[in-house]
Amino acid sequence: MSETILDVQHLTHQFRLTKHTTIRAVDDVSFQLQRGEIFGLVGESGSGKSTVARCIMNLYRPAGGRIFYRGVNVCDPKQYRMHKNMLQTTRQMIFQDSTSSLNQRMTVADIIMEPMAINHIAPPGGSLRAEAERQLHDVGMDASYLNKYPPELSGGMRQRVAIARALSMEPDFIVADEPIASLDVSIQAQIINLFKHLQAEHGFTFLFIAHDLAVVKYLCDRVGVMCHGKLVEIAPAAELFAHPAHPYTKLLLSAVPIPDPRLERARVLQTFDPSDLQDTGEMREICRDHFARMPVEGVPH
Amino acid sequence: MAELLEVKNLSVSFETAQGEIQAVRDVSFSLKSGEVLAIIGESGCGKSVLCKSIMKLLCNKARIKSGSITVDGVDITRYRERDMQKLRGRLFSMVFQDPMTALNPTMTVGSQIAEAVRVHHPGMSRDAVYQRVIALMELVGIERPDERYGLYPYHFSGGMRQRSVMAIALASAPKILFADEPTTSLDVTIQAQILDLLRDIQRKLGTATILVSHDLGVVARIADRIAVMYAGKIVEIGTAEEIYYDPRHPYTWGLMMALPAYAKAGEPLYTIPGMPPNLLDPPKGDAFACRNAYALAIDYEEMPPMFKVSDTHYAATWLLDERAPKVTPPLRGGRNV
Ligand SMILES: Nc1ncnc2c1ncn2[C@@H]1O[C@H](COP(=O)(O)OP(=O)(O)OP(=O)(O)O)[C@@H](O)[C@H]1O
Ligand SMILES: Nc1ncnc2c1ncn2[C@@H]1O[C@H](COP(=O)(O)OP(=O)(O)OP(=O)(O)O)[C@@H](O)[C@H]1O
Ligand SMILES: [Mg+2]
Ligand SMILES: [Mg+2]
Repeated sequence: MSETILDVQHLTHQFRLTKHTTIRAVDDVSFQLQRGEIFGLVGESGSGKSTVARCIMNLYRPAGGRIFYRGVNVCDPKQYRMHKNMLQTTRQMIFQDSTSSLNQRMTVADIIMEPMAINHIAPPGGSLRAEAERQLHDVGMDASYLNKYPPELSGGMRQRVAIARALSMEPDFIVADEPIASLDVSIQAQIINLFKHLQAEHGFTFLFIAHDLAVVKYLCDRVGVMCHGKLVEIAPAAELFAHPAHPYTKLLLSAVPIPDPRLERARVLQTFDPSDLQDTGEMREICRDHFARMPVEGVPH
Repeated sequence: MAELLEVKNLSVSFETAQGEIQAVRDVSFSLKSGEVLAIIGESGCGKSVLCKSIMKLLCNKARIKSGSITVDGVDITRYRERDMQKLRGRLFSMVFQDPMTALNPTMTVGSQIAEAVRVHHPGMSRDAVYQRVIALMELVGIERPDERYGLYPYHFSGGMRQRSVMAIALASAPKILFADEPTTSLDVTIQAQILDLLRDIQRKLGTATILVSHDLGVVARIADRIAVMYAGKIVEIGTAEEIYYDPRHPYTWGLMMALPAYAKAGEPLYTIPGMPPNLLDPPKGDAFACRNAYALAIDYEEMPPMFKVSDTHYAATWLLDERAPKVTPPLRGGRNV
């Protein structure tokens, strides 16, 4: 029934900061994505979420571990070359910071059409331009923006152009790194509904990285929590939000802001002892499909 | 208390090949020392343009068509770049929504903060500047600042870049801090810490903040007052309590209803139907009318004035006219549930 589309095994990646210091940005991270699921990756700023995403999309070559996409080991240069076309057309990435990923000298229409043109894809709706217009419409912008350049758009509009560009390829698998943080709540809702629709109708698989946990709770089927380069907990979304097990997950959930001024101002920030977050344990299943990195003794539930 | 900032009937347009884009239309508000005003509203409704026009950082295609901007008793509306250069650093500082373009990619983070410190403390010794930079980096939560002093922005994750931007902004002890989506790229624990940090600095130094944010949780935590913008206009303004517990404009209702925090599992999220109007040729009546289930005939004809709800709360909707039919807001019990 379920088919593993992405299999990340013991992924490790480090960056050299200075001659003497390296940062272990990603440290022995393993998880699998099933076809058609939306998997949320949340956690500390700087915990390595974007680095995981970039390794998966071949933007970084991991220092260790293996990544299989549809059975192809994407880190293996030979296999990558053999399946390059499939890898480029069926996977798309939406970046955290789309402003720098859009070509400032191309019009919105050209930006959206470019991947289809490069890959010689004949759009179902006739001309490339008509297809670009349809994609733009899906993200809540009308045809009058087709001839504009990125600097003439607001931040949220640029982000939506980046989303439209990625979706125009009708990919099977989308890595979306903070795709909607810069959008207003109504457009956010529209894009979330669009993602849900693409999942339900076309079986798209998403790796969705976000800081907005209310969105993650609503959108994602399963969630992984990262802290200090490690995956510390992984569980179905409802289970994770109801029964967080790892101390860092508990801290994170306690910090979710409430859109209510009296409640939110009264909320006291929890402080934590970083030594609680020391990696003392192993990833273990604490109940069905719910894994947490726990010390050997203190298994909860 | 005297107003620190007073914006009156400000209109700003861009000249483009297609015509005039009316990005800010007849906006008025004021701000006191130590106050946090949040501006919320649809993507593209003019929030960033409004902030940039107050700081006079607009590109040369933009033109202030009418209105006035008074800061600390000085009318700066017609000031040129030469006049602003002396003033800007003392009055304004900013944290923008996109940390990567705010930072210079070819300079180390430490030296960028140092530069900001030096601008405001000319003659400070090298050593003192260095110490101040390290203190600022610690203040905004950058761990191991001495090791990271010499790193370039691309070495930093999104969250850490934004903290660096915060450190630069705080170096000048500004009167007004413009924060455009300052915490969007931070995890919620750090987000709350930075907001509380902003609050603390605010209380100590009396800095006023104009916060642009889409995150109504963030706004709830630190805003004293909230302005809701739609299609270049402020359509509702009030204290945080008034906007969250007693919103009056149908657009504000729509925003609150779209929050995923209150969505039912399995049901699609509420979205405001339709698209925002084209600012090339805004409609003559209420720009929100065609998307508004509560629109009255007059909404298509005449722009609603700001109706007074309380001394601090105003909303531009004909629903507040005494002749309008009484409607019940679609939000349960005045709370945005
Ligand atoms: N190109 C790079 N060179 C050096 N260090 C890097 C680079 N990119 C990331 N890092 C470091 O690796 C760690 C992980 O960064 P990453 O961007 O993956 O985190 P993240 O979880 O995406 O954070 P955020 O939520 O802030 O986006 C951080 O400590 C960061 O400073
Ligand atoms: N340089 C420019 N030339 C032409 N039009 C512009 C320019 N800058 C902004 N605009 C237009 O002005 C309007 C307001 O833009 P602004 O950046 O203020 O939106 P915003 O409210 O900040 O949106 P977001 O939440 O997406 O950042 C938009 O319609 C945009 O297309
Ligand atoms: Mg990231
Ligand atoms: Mg903006």
